[in-house]
Amino acid sequence: MSTTHLVDVEPTSSDRPNGEPTPRARRRPSWGRVLAWAVLIAVMIVTLFPFYWMLRTALSNNNALYADPGSLLPVDPTWGGFRRVFGLASAEEAAAEGGTTGSIHFWLYLRNSVIVATVITAGQVLFSSMAAYAFARLHWKGRDTVFFLFLTALMIPPIFVQLPNFILIRDLGLLNTLAGVILPFFFMTPFAVFFMRQFLLGIPREIEEAAMIDGAGHGRIFFGVLLPMSSTPLVTLSLLTYITAWGEYFWPLLVGRADEARVLTVALGVFRAQTPQTGPDWAGLMAGALIAALPVLILFVVFGRRFVQNLGYSGIK
Amino acid sequence: MAAAPGTAPRTRGRPRSDLRIALLFIAPASVGYVAFYLMPALRGLWFSFTDQNLIGTGDFIGTANYERMFGDDLFWNALWVTVQYVLINIGVQMVLAIAVAVLLHRLTRSVVIRGIVLLPYLVANVVVALVWFWMSDYSIGIVNVVLEEIGLDRVAFFGNPATAIATIALINVWRFLGYTALLLFAGLQMIPQQYYEAAALDGASEWRMFWRITLPLLRPVLALVLVISVVGSFQIFDTVAVTTEGGPVNATRVIYYYIYQQAFERFDLGYASAIAVFLVVLLAGIAYFQLKIMRSDRSDLA
Repeated sequence: MSTTHLVDVEPTSSDRPNGEPTPRARRRPSWGRVLAWAVLIAVMIVTLFPFYWMLRTALSNNNALYADPGSLLPVDPTWGGFRRVFGLASAEEAAAEGGTTGSIHFWLYLRNSVIVATVITAGQVLFSSMAAYAFARLHWKGRDTVFFLFLTALMIPPIFVQLPNFILIRDLGLLNTLAGVILPFFFMTPFAVFFMRQFLLGIPREIEEAAMIDGAGHGRIFFGVLLPMSSTPLVTLSLLTYITAWGEYFWPLLVGRADEARVLTVALGVFRAQTPQTGPDWAGLMAGALIAALPVLILFVVFGRRFVQNLGYSGIK
Repeated sequence: MAAAPGTAPRTRGRPRSDLRIALLFIAPASVGYVAFYLMPALRGLWFSFTDQNLIGTGDFIGTANYERMFGDDLFWNALWVTVQYVLINIGVQMVLAIAVAVLLHRLTRSVVIRGIVLLPYLVANVVVALVWFWMSDYSIGIVNVVLEEIGLDRVAFFGNPATAIATIALINVWRFLGYTALLLFAGLQMIPQQYYEAAALDGASEWRMFWRITLPLLRPVLALVLVISVVGSFQIFDTVAVTTEGGPVNATRVIYYYIYQQAFERFDLGYASAIAVFLVVLLAGIAYFQLKIMRSDRSDLA
């Protein structure tokens, strides 16, 4: 059904790049190209605006928001939203700005999120890469069968295994611990194994054979030769894993509701549920949302170039 | 999947079975696979035939959960709501993603622009949901302020059963558009540039090239991205959980949220598992069917 749908609707959007196709003609701007750029710029504005709006709201006085909802700049600028979220504001101060007066411990949740995402990324990328090596480079009976089994897990909607996983974590006594939040993602995901295997398959065999002739064992070859060669896919996979782990909501909602194991996503959900229907603390909420968004955005600025250039690899191949 | 790779000639003189070292290398991942995928999958299947709850253990009750499911109006409603979500979400997202991918491909090599387009994907679903929840607030959300400014009526995006699920679907278009577009963009880069050059020499318009070169050659990538997106789209939960919680009047009670409620609000893990089994079968069927009709295994490039 999707095919026909695509075919029907596509014209409007794609006849825009009606500029000159060949490189030689690129220098001459045409109306088609101008229009195409206009569309692309519009897409970027729609992409960026909500980020700005988060910041603008977070820096506003929550009471004043109601008076001037359309202001492009922060209304009656204040750090109050951030102060409330980090538990720095007194009850009077919070009330004066129309903010929530409940106690929120975003430092703790931020710390939890950092621990969870970091440990998951480290474990998952390392162990999945090791498995990928065994699937891509070693010869053993049953290899392809085992790999196929790993892959089938890719098609299973997480909720199906997470219900029993909840019981498992409960029985292990790990409910409301960071370990419980981390464990199911720590050892592997089918995707990570698949991704690294695909990359390792592309490395010429001669490299390992040369190392082998020099007397290197598989451990040396993997850790000393192949991993250092794989820095780009490793960065890409690590960032993807970090983004996913950082944004995960469902699983930590099941096993990490208590304060000591609560991550930022769950904390935001709780914050939103606690805020009153009439006159919610939008400034505080957006301050919290911004804090939850920022760490990954910073990682992206640092590692983003390679990530963007290699994305196709990750999602498809 | 990819046919047995790495069966290249072996190094001479070595009795080659790397079984022992291979076991060492897959050991940690296997622990994770068995403990958190394989066992729970079997266990989940078993749960669906029991009256398992959250605290104790369950007893075998045959197919009672499944019988209940087929007669459960709320289940069918959840399924229908989810299908609506998927159709809106995927329909809009794929069309826009193809457009953005083609624009990027034909206009610029800038990594910065691609990075900007990708930004929403980096942000957690929960954050995206909250930001748009705020921006679409009925009284002081900027979207409604603008709507009123240009002379239109305000819309209760989340509060009206008629618009709630579409609103949630479009919010997630915003989050995933750039990601999907970049996956397609990568596919576009694999199409040999000469095809376009030859077509241009023959005087083909950009429009014609899109239909005759781009789309047919992109098809295998498109099929795969579509399958991944559809399967992912069926798992909509986060946005609903932090905004509407299934309301108003069941209008956004998607299947994932319904399973969640059965398990963790009604403590009926057995019934929740039965619905989850249904979801597994449904998604596998959809994926199989999609790949089949889009013949993703056969590339026109070959």
